[in-house]
Amino acid sequence: MTRIRPLDHLILILGCLFMLAPVAVAIMTSTHTAADIHVNGLSLAPGGHGIETYQTVLTKRGGFTGQVTGATMAMNSLILGLGFAIGKIVLSMLAAYALVYFRFRFATAMFWVIFTTLLLPLEVRIMPSYQVMSELHLLNTYTGLILPLLASATGTFYFRQFFKAVPDELLEAARIDGAGPVKFFIDILLPLSKTMMAAIFIIMFVYGWNQYLWPMLMTTEERFFTLMRGIKQILQVWVGSQIPDYNQAFALAVLALLPPVLVVVVFQRWFIKGLTESDK
Amino acid sequence: MTDLPAPATASRTGQPFARLRAALTAPPEPAKRVQFDRPLLPWLFLLPQLLVICVFFYWPSVQAITSSFYLEDPFGFGATFVGFDNYTDALRASEYRHIAAFTAFFTAVVTVAALGLGLLLAVKADTVIRARGPYRTALISVYAIAPPVAGLIGMMLFDQHIGPFVKLAAMLGWEMKVGIDYWDTAFAMILVSVWKQVPYNFIFFLSGLQAVPASVREAALIDCRNGWRRFRTVTLPLLAPTAFFLLIINITYALFDTFAVIDVMVKDKPANNPMTLVYKVYNDGFRGNDIGGSSAQSVILMLVVLVLTLAQFRWLERRVHYG
Repeated sequence: MTRIRPLDHLILILGCLFMLAPVAVAIMTSTHTAADIHVNGLSLAPGGHGIETYQTVLTKRGGFTGQVTGATMAMNSLILGLGFAIGKIVLSMLAAYALVYFRFRFATAMFWVIFTTLLLPLEVRIMPSYQVMSELHLLNTYTGLILPLLASATGTFYFRQFFKAVPDELLEAARIDGAGPVKFFIDILLPLSKTMMAAIFIIMFVYGWNQYLWPMLMTTEERFFTLMRGIKQILQVWVGSQIPDYNQAFALAVLALLPPVLVVVVFQRWFIKGLTESDK
Repeated sequence: MTDLPAPATASRTGQPFARLRAALTAPPEPAKRVQFDRPLLPWLFLLPQLLVICVFFYWPSVQAITSSFYLEDPFGFGATFVGFDNYTDALRASEYRHIAAFTAFFTAVVTVAALGLGLLLAVKADTVIRARGPYRTALISVYAIAPPVAGLIGMMLFDQHIGPFVKLAAMLGWEMKVGIDYWDTAFAMILVSVWKQVPYNFIFFLSGLQAVPASVREAALIDCRNGWRRFRTVTLPLLAPTAFFLLIINITYALFDTFAVIDVMVKDKPANNPMTLVYKVYNDGFRGNDIGGSSAQSVILMLVVLVLTLAQFRWLERRVHYG
């Protein structure tokens, strides 16, 4: 069983190439000049013009978009990712706590009201959601960017499963010691949930950072553009240009993919745990 | 109530509602043996979530359903009730049927390919001892890449001037024109969508494989020397629950989450390019300003998701029972 089997390794290496080669090409090509890429095509070797390109993309106005810089877009993506992840954890932990640890009328009804949201992804109700946002005057605001994405019960579902698995004896002991609901939540449940919170934070941060359709509809003012919105912009500018700025497009793509990839790779263990255990 | 025998029909129609009411108001099967008994506090905890859900989920959803029965005036002067016209119009249109057929094809190919590749790589990563960690890291990292970024990189790889795939295809005598030729674009879209989804399936299959106890593996190894047969008769049945769960997730992914890939790859020129039903909802609603038609299509998609999710819940239930 411990024999090294070359075929297995070959398949795995081919698989890794298939997965990683496009990313490597994007990173390497972004360090060449646009003219160079236009003549020689994509590249797997570093080109030596990386610093200029990234500087232009990050700081100069009038790159792909009229006014917004790459740094602003990265900031907006960060706000969206963090705001979404934190908002999700706060809302869903509180709701899951109420559903699991309290006896109250209409608890079952509330359970269904919340979990029905799992049935319909934002994409299928995108049009009316947009209308609601414009009626509430939330277009082009961070609130409008983040809040509607929170209207789904994934986090609540994860935390509910987790809380249900917490031993009952803890609550019994805490009550004998005279702890009320708030004290129990803060002093016992929160510290217990740390790993779970970290895992959900990673999953939700990646999800928020990677949002595309909603930010695209919600933000018409450039100062609210996220990196994903910037990518849409690149392609619109491209139509009809002579030598497209391939290098800057790749640089923007790299900026957009690096943070979430790093987060997932660095916190791999938590991330996998959160993903595979909470979906059960 | 008790001294008058109620007519049979009334009791039959009355009962479901009575049951529903009882189910909704009764204290739920307690999640915990002991629970707190406060009248107001749980509502306080639920309030933020309920507010967000009501404003950003129920309100738009109800609006989608209502406006699917109306024909909106394109200049904004009110709307007329048209019953199911929007639905029949949508379902009768040959364009809609064509796109629905492509969506089904696209979903099937993406699902099968992404599941197959994920399973193959997971099985191999599970058998090798050396370098398992690096392989795993390499294979899951793409999970975090956003669909539009994947689409953009795909666009570059299939670019008319600089794309290596186009050159490769030319060497094989295939003149590839992604963005212009319908099936070439479809091919590129499918490849990018599969690429993006493989890591997710890989993660779940691998953790499913690693949950198989060592004793079972050893017993299987003794009973059956043939690797393929061992995989088919022991490993695959044990992975079946994971595979079913992933099947639903992958179908949902192919239907909805590929929106960005498609949007980036057809570059706002959906004219002669393949697209899926979700893209059409967006296109008709925001570009075509056909709010009623777009809503009706939304509702049709909602029904599709509903069926998928119910299937998933059934599976969850089964899993709970048979552990």
